[in-house]
Amino acid sequence: MFQLVREPIDIRKITDGIRNAEDGAIVVFEGVVRNNAKGKAVRFLEYDAYEPMALRKLEEIGELARREFEIREMAIVHRLGHMDIGECSTVIVVASAHRGPAFDACRFAIDKIKEIVPIWKKEFYEDGEIWIEGGH
Amino acid sequence: MSLRILFFASLSDITAIRETSVDAAGFTSVRSVFEKFAKDFPALETYRASVLFAVNSEFARPESPVHDGDEIAFFPPVSGG
Repeated sequence: MFQLVREPIDIRKITDGIRNAEDGAIVVFEGVVRNNAKGKAVRFLEYDAYEPMALRKLEEIGELARREFEIREMAIVHRLGHMDIGECSTVIVVASAHRGPAFDACRFAIDKIKEIVPIWKKEFYEDGEIWIEGGH
Repeated sequence: MSLRILFFASLSDITAIRETSVDAAGFTSVRSVFEKFAKDFPALETYRASVLFAVNSEFARPESPVHDGDEIAFFPPVSGG
């Protein structure tokens, strides 16, 4: 399951949708909106995307991960639009027979998102706003 | 026929364009399309070294060819997650 959404992400729904009797591990990564960046207070974020390409790239990451790691299934949901501090911007769920590949694939996926998925974050501060360019 | 042109994030702010189209005639490569907009919007020059290109939703290189009906996107390094 690979999705771009504009409403809060229901993590339980994703994990329940992926769950299978063969799995011994489900690893969940949650990307969260932080209240600071490089020493500046952040009020909120907005995410924008080149949606058709971003979706295609999320699916590509899933294919790469399944090829490279011994996992059974992966789901990635990225939220777009306005997000307040503490809200979840990204969820990656990996299901696997064993924990090792699940952790590895999850780390691979979030790093790859920050490299090849055309989504951009705009940080809003007390005194202005700025588009973030490049991964962190 | 025409090319569909998309700008995202800071590049969209600079050009005040999210989506536009140009006559495909005279454009041979992704670079040639970028040059046209760099001339129209000199502020794009600061992005020359970092801008990423996509043709029909796949990453492309400056020398990648463009054809009638292609969708060409210009955007800064990504920052999702």
